[in-house]
Amino acid sequence: MTTIAFPQLREQTPAAGGGRVGWAVQDTLTVTWRNLKALMRTQEQVFFAAVQPIMFTLLFVYVFGGAIHTSVPYVDYLIPGIYVQTVAFGAVTTAVGLSEDLAKGLIERFRALPMARSAVLGGRTTADLVRNVFVVVLISAVGFAVGFRISTNVGLFLLGVLIVLLFSYTLCWGFATVGLSAPNAETAQTMVFPILFPFIFASSAFVPVAAMPGWLQAFASHQPVTQVVNATRSLMVGGPLHNPGAVWASLAWCFGLLVVLVPLAVRKYRKVA
Amino acid sequence: MGLSPSSTSPTSTSPAVEAQDLVKVFPRGNVRALDGVSLSVETGTVLGLLGPNGAGKTTAVRVLSTILEPDSGVATILGHDVVKKPDVVRRLVGLAGQYATVDENLTGRENIYMVGRLSHLSRKVSTQRADQLLEAFGLSDAGDRVLKTYSGGMRRRLDLAAALIAGPPVLFLDEPTTGLDPQSRQDLWGVIEDLVREGTTVLLTTQYLEEADRLARDIVVVDHGRVIAEGTPAELKADLGTSVVSVTVGSREVVPTAVGLLAPLASKEPAVDDTTVELTVENGPAAGAEVLRALDAAKVPVTGLALREPSLDDVFLSLTGHRTEAETEDERSAHKSRRRRADAGDEGTTDGKDAA
Repeated sequence: MTTIAFPQLREQTPAAGGGRVGWAVQDTLTVTWRNLKALMRTQEQVFFAAVQPIMFTLLFVYVFGGAIHTSVPYVDYLIPGIYVQTVAFGAVTTAVGLSEDLAKGLIERFRALPMARSAVLGGRTTADLVRNVFVVVLISAVGFAVGFRISTNVGLFLLGVLIVLLFSYTLCWGFATVGLSAPNAETAQTMVFPILFPFIFASSAFVPVAAMPGWLQAFASHQPVTQVVNATRSLMVGGPLHNPGAVWASLAWCFGLLVVLVPLAVRKYRKVA
Repeated sequence: MGLSPSSTSPTSTSPAVEAQDLVKVFPRGNVRALDGVSLSVETGTVLGLLGPNGAGKTTAVRVLSTILEPDSGVATILGHDVVKKPDVVRRLVGLAGQYATVDENLTGRENIYMVGRLSHLSRKVSTQRADQLLEAFGLSDAGDRVLKTYSGGMRRRLDLAAALIAGPPVLFLDEPTTGLDPQSRQDLWGVIEDLVREGTTVLLTTQYLEEADRLARDIVVVDHGRVIAEGTPAELKADLGTSVVSVTVGSREVVPTAVGLLAPLASKEPAVDDTTVELTVENGPAAGAEVLRALDAAKVPVTGLALREPSLDDVFLSLTGHRTEAETEDERSAHKSRRRRADAGDEGTTDGKDAA
C-alpha cells in the first residue's frame, strides 16, 4: 500500500456556489445517477421487467381480446391500459430500492454526508421516472408491432405519454412510503401487488367498466386508474374514446395525490433515518 | 503493542471532538444507550472508545456524526454543535463503519466518486481523488468491479477510502476491523496510523483491546452507556498492578485450594478460568517464586506458570467483571437484525467467523 498525501485532499475546498437549491438539484442528480447505474447492473431484473408487459399485451390481444367488445379495435383500447398498468406496477422498484437502502445502512451513510436531505427520495423517484420513460418506449414498440395505431396525432399521443409518466411519478411517491415502512425488501416487494391489484384490474384498463356489476362500476368509474387510462385513450386514440373530462380529472388526481403523498414520504423518511 | 503514533506529532491541546453528558434512550425496549457520556478527543490524536457489544459505542458515534440527535447533552466537532450546526459538522467528519455501508451495485470507483459528489466536490476532483484513493488503499485493480465481488476486508478499505474523499479533519471509525482477518486488520491499522501522522483526529470504537492499545493515545471505556474508566493505555494498566502471574494446576479439584493459598499474594481477587488461576501482583518474578513454593508445599500439582504484563483485556475484566466478547443485549438489535438479514448472503462467509 502506498502512502497518500492526505493533506493534499484537504487543500482543495469543495466547489463554491450552487446555493441550497442548486446543491439539492445536484445531489438529486447524483443519487439518480447512482440508482440508474445500479438498475443497469441488475440485468435479470431489467429483463423480467421488460418481459412482463409484453406477455400481458400478447395475453390480452390474442387470448382475451376476442371476447371483449369495445367501440374501437381492442388493441387500440388495450395499449393505453398496458402503459398505465406497467408503470403502476413499476413502482415496486421505488419501494424495494428504498427498503434496501434503509436495510443496508446506505440511508444512514447519506445522513452523515453534507448532502441535501431531499436527494435520497428525489433521486429515487427521478431514477424511476427515467426508467418509466424506457418502459413507455418499450410498450410503444410492442404495441405498434401488434397493431396499435395512433388515431389522433403525435402531439396528443405525447401528451398521453406525459400523463402516464406523471401518474407513474405520483405512484412512486406513494410507494416510497411503503418501502420505508416495510421491514425488508422482500416484504416491500410483496406489499406492492395487493395494494395495486384492485385499482388496476377493477378499472377500465382491460375491459369497459360498463361490463362490470353495478357495485363494482361505482368504484371502477371513480378511481384514479380509470381516469388516467381514459385520459390516455382520449389523447392517443380519440374518436369514440374522446374524453377531455378524464384528462382534467387525471391531472387533478395526480396533483392532488402528490400533495398528499410527497409530504407523507418525506415524513416517513425523516422518522426512519 | 507500542507507542501510539500520535506521540510523534506536534502537540495540540484544543479538543477536536467534545461531548458532555450525552443521553440517548431508545424507547423501544427502553434502552439507555447513552447514559451521560462525556469524552474529549484532542486534535491530531486517536481516542479509543472501548466496550462490549451494546455498550453504547455505536450510538455515541451516530450522535457525534449527526445521524442521531441526543435526548440531552452537548457535543461539538471543532467547536461546531452537532445538533445546531449539522451541515457544518458533516463537512468536517468522515465516517466509516463496521457495516461498510457501500453500494453493492456500484463499482469501487463509483462508490468513492458518489461520496465525493455528495460532499460537493466537482466531477473532476471527485474522479481524480477516487483514483488516488483506490491506489492508496490497494484497490486499483478492483476499482472497476462491483462491490458484490469484494471481500470483507476490501469493503472496509473502500468504505474508509470513500470517507476520506473530502479530506475530513475528523474521522469516526466504528469498529473498523471487527470481523476482519489478521492481515486485513494490520493493513487497516497501518492506514489509520498514516492518517493520524498527517494530522487527522480519529475517534475509534472497538471491542479489540489490542486495537485500542496499538492505535489510541487515550482510551475511554464504556459499559451500559456509561464511562467506567478513562486514561492512556499505560495508566489503565498501571491501575492494575505491574504483572500478572498465570498458574495452571493439575486438575479442577485443586483449584479452590490453589485460590485459597494464592489469594493473599495478589493485590486483588484471583481470576479463575478452568484450571488456570491469574493473580495480579506488584513484583512478578518474586511473586512467581512464592506461588511455586506455596503450591509445592501444599502438594498442588502445577502444569504451567506464566508471567506477563497486564493487557487491556485484564483492565476490562477488572472494570466490568466480564470479558470484552461477552454477549450483551445490543441497543440496536432491531436496527441491526435488518442489516444482518440484508448482509447475510455475502458478509456471513467473509466476516462472520470472528464477529463477537
